[in-house]
Amino acid sequence: MVSTTVREALRDAMAEEMRRDGDVFVMGEEVAEYQGAYKITQGLLQEFGDRRVVDTPITEHGFAGLGAGAAMAGLKPIVEFMTFNFAMQAMDQIINSAAKTLYMSGGQMGCPIVFRGPNGAAARVGAQHSQDYSAWYSSVPGLKVVAPYTAADAKGLLKSAIRDPNPVIFLENEILYGQHFDVPQLEDFTVPIGKARVARAGTDVTIVSFSIGMTYALKAAELLQAEGIEAEVIDLRTLRPMDTDTILASVKKTGRCVTVEEGWAQSGIGAEIIARVMEGAFDYLDAPVIRVTGKDVPMPYAANLEKLALPTAADVVQAVKAVCYK
Amino acid sequence: MPVDILMPALSPTMEKGNLAKWLKKEGDTIKSGDVLAEIETDKATMEVEAVDEGVLAKILVPDGSADVPVNQVIGIITQEGEDASSIKAPAAAKPVAAAPVPSQAAAAAPTPLASKPNGAAPAGKLFASPLARRLAKQAGLDLALISGSGPRGRIIERDVRAAEKAGPQVKPAAASAAVAPVGMSDETVKKFFEPGSYEEVPHDGMRKTIARRLVEAKQTIPHFYLSVDCELDALLSLREQINKSAPLSKEGKPLFKISVNDFIIKALAVALQRVPDANATWTEAAMLKHRHSDVGVAVSIPGGLITPVIRKAETKSLPIISNEMKDYAARAKARKLKPSEYEGGTTAVSNLGMFGIKNFSAVINPPHATILAVGAGEQRVIVKNGAPAVATVMSVTLSTDHRAVDGALGAELISAFKKLIEAPIGMLV
Repeated sequence: MVSTTVREALRDAMAEEMRRDGDVFVMGEEVAEYQGAYKITQGLLQEFGDRRVVDTPITEHGFAGLGAGAAMAGLKPIVEFMTFNFAMQAMDQIINSAAKTLYMSGGQMGCPIVFRGPNGAAARVGAQHSQDYSAWYSSVPGLKVVAPYTAADAKGLLKSAIRDPNPVIFLENEILYGQHFDVPQLEDFTVPIGKARVARAGTDVTIVSFSIGMTYALKAAELLQAEGIEAEVIDLRTLRPMDTDTILASVKKTGRCVTVEEGWAQSGIGAEIIARVMEGAFDYLDAPVIRVTGKDVPMPYAANLEKLALPTAADVVQAVKAVCYK
Repeated sequence: MPVDILMPALSPTMEKGNLAKWLKKEGDTIKSGDVLAEIETDKATMEVEAVDEGVLAKILVPDGSADVPVNQVIGIITQEGEDASSIKAPAAAKPVAAAPVPSQAAAAAPTPLASKPNGAAPAGKLFASPLARRLAKQAGLDLALISGSGPRGRIIERDVRAAEKAGPQVKPAAASAAVAPVGMSDETVKKFFEPGSYEEVPHDGMRKTIARRLVEAKQTIPHFYLSVDCELDALLSLREQINKSAPLSKEGKPLFKISVNDFIIKALAVALQRVPDANATWTEAAMLKHRHSDVGVAVSIPGGLITPVIRKAETKSLPIISNEMKDYAARAKARKLKPSEYEGGTTAVSNLGMFGIKNFSAVINPPHATILAVGAGEQRVIVKNGAPAVATVMSVTLSTDHRAVDGALGAELISAFKKLIEAPIGMLV
C-alpha cells in the first residue's frame, strides 16, 4: 500500500494505460503544456509527447466530438473536461454520438471513450461551476457512469474505464483531488466497473453514498457508533450499472436505509436507490428510506450559504436516527 | 374557507352511526367548543363539538338519520362574510383514511389507540412498517393488538419484538369486534414438524371453501345443541312395507327403495312446516321466514363434502325424495353438481349413522338456521311402562342458530321431528 492522493492516482492510471496501449490518448483544455488545470495530467506530455497529450481550444462541443469520432475510428480517447459543468456544451456528442452508437449501429460500431473531470461542488465557484451531474448521466442507457471516492478506486476504476469498450463518464471531485488514501502497489491494479464496496460493516442501518458523499457518510457512521448505532456504509463507486445486489443484501440485513449525495433530491441517485430498495426489499424495511441531498437551489456563491446548501455529517446522523426511530 | 363537519368515529371500530339530533340550526353562530349535534352508536350517545368558529351554513344530514358512515360530511361551517348559498353538498363520503377525524371524537374514544405517542392513525387504519408486518406474520401475532411506537402510531420492528417477548396476545374487548383472530402462520405451523416428515398437498377450491365457510359459521353463528332419542321400529316396519310395495320397472327392478335417511329428510321438512318460526334465516336487518322446507343433505365425496338441497321437500313424496337424493349423491361424487343445486337451503341433515356414530354435533351451514346431526339406529334397552324393553333407537342432535331460533322453539322443532319419526304415517298424510 502506498499513500497516494486521488490526483496522483488518476494520473498514474492514465500513464499506466497509455504505456500499455498505444491507442490511448488524452485531450482537453490545458492538459498538456499547463499540465492540467488541476494537475491531473502532470508529466504526461513529457512522457508521451504532444501527439498523445493534446491541448484543445475552449470548445467542449468540438473536442468531445473529435474524441467520439476518434473512438468510433478505433482509438481510445480520454477526454478531460475542466469541469463537467462545461460538458453541457458537449451533451449532444456525449449522449447522441457516444452513448447511442453501439445500439444504433446494431453493434457494428462502438465508442470506447472516457469523459472525465471534476463534477459537483468545489468551493466558492458559483452555481454554474458547482452542479452534480451524477443523476443526469446515470439515467442514460449506453453510458457507464463511475464516481469513485478513494484514490485506490479512482485508479483501479479509471484503468477499467479506459479499457472498457463503452463510453464511460468518469466523475471526479475537486475537493477529493488532494486527499490521501492507500493504493495497492500492484503491477496492474484494476477495480471492476459495476461493483459497490462495503466501506464499513454495520447492523443497524445502511448508508449508501458515493464520491464526496462518502466523507459525510463515514463521518456520520463514526458519530453514530458513539451513540450505539452501527451503520453499514456502502460506496457505490459505479452509478451505472448500479450494484443493486449489494444494496439489497445490506438493507435486508439492517431494515433501514439512508442515501447521501451532494446533488439535488428530485430524480437523484438517492431516488433511484430508494426505488430499487422498495422494489427489492420492501418487506425488510422498518422505516421509509430517507435521502440526504444538496438543497433544492442553484449553488450559492457566498461561503456561508454554500455550506448550508450542501449536506453535512450532522444531516446524515439526523436521518439515521429518524429511520432508527431514535 | 368553508369547513366540513365530518361524522366522527366514536370508537376505532365504528363505521357508521346515527345522527340523533342537531343542537344548532342553520344560520346559528358557532363558537369553538359548542355542542353541534348528538351521535348515537349501539353503545352510547356522544356529543359532537365544534372545532372551528363561524356560522352553521348547511345541515347535510338531518336529525334522526341512521347509519351515517364515519367521515361523511354532515354539515358545513362558513366563516364570516362567506356565501353559504354557493355551497353544494359533496356527493359521497370521503375515504376514511384521507379525512382526519375531528379531534373531539378521537379524544372521546376510550381505546388502546389513545395511548399511542406521536398521534394515532386515523380510525380503522393500521400503520405498520413492512418489516413489522412480516415479523408479526411469522410470529403469528395480530398487528391490531400491538401498540405502535413510530410516527402516527406506526408499528415498527421493535414493537413486534417486544410483543413477541411479552407472550400470547390478549384481546382487549374494545378491539375484538373489528379484528378477526388470525391463526398461526404457515411458517409457524410447519416449524412443529421435521422437514420431509410430511407431504404438502396444496388446497383445492373446495377445501378452501369448506375451511372458510366453517370458520365463518363457527365464529359468527352462536350455536346451541338439542339432542333427543327417536324410536325407529315403527319407521323401519313402514319402510319395509313401502319398499315391498314398490312397483317394478320393465326390467323387474323396484322403481324406488326408500332409505331411513329419506324418511329423516321428509320428517325434518314436515316438522319445519309444523313449526314455521324455526324455518328461518337470520340477517342483520330482518328475519327471513321461509315458506318452504329446503333441506340440504351433506354428502361425503373424495376430498371434502357437499350439501345438495332437496327443494320444497315437504311437498315431495318419499320416492321422489329418494330418487332425487340418489341422483344428487351420484353427481356429487363426480363433482357434477350445479351451484343452483347445492346453494341456499333452509336447513340441513348430516348423517354419520352408517359409520356407527352414536351422536355428534354438526356445524351450521349458512344461510341455514339449523342442522340435524343423525346418529346410528341401534337396538337399545329402554324403559317402557316401567319395564325394560328392546327398541331400535336413533339419537339426533339439532344445532341451532340462536339468533334465529331460541331454545324453546328449537325444542318444539325437534319434538315435532321426533313425533314424525316415531309415528311415520304422520308424514304421509
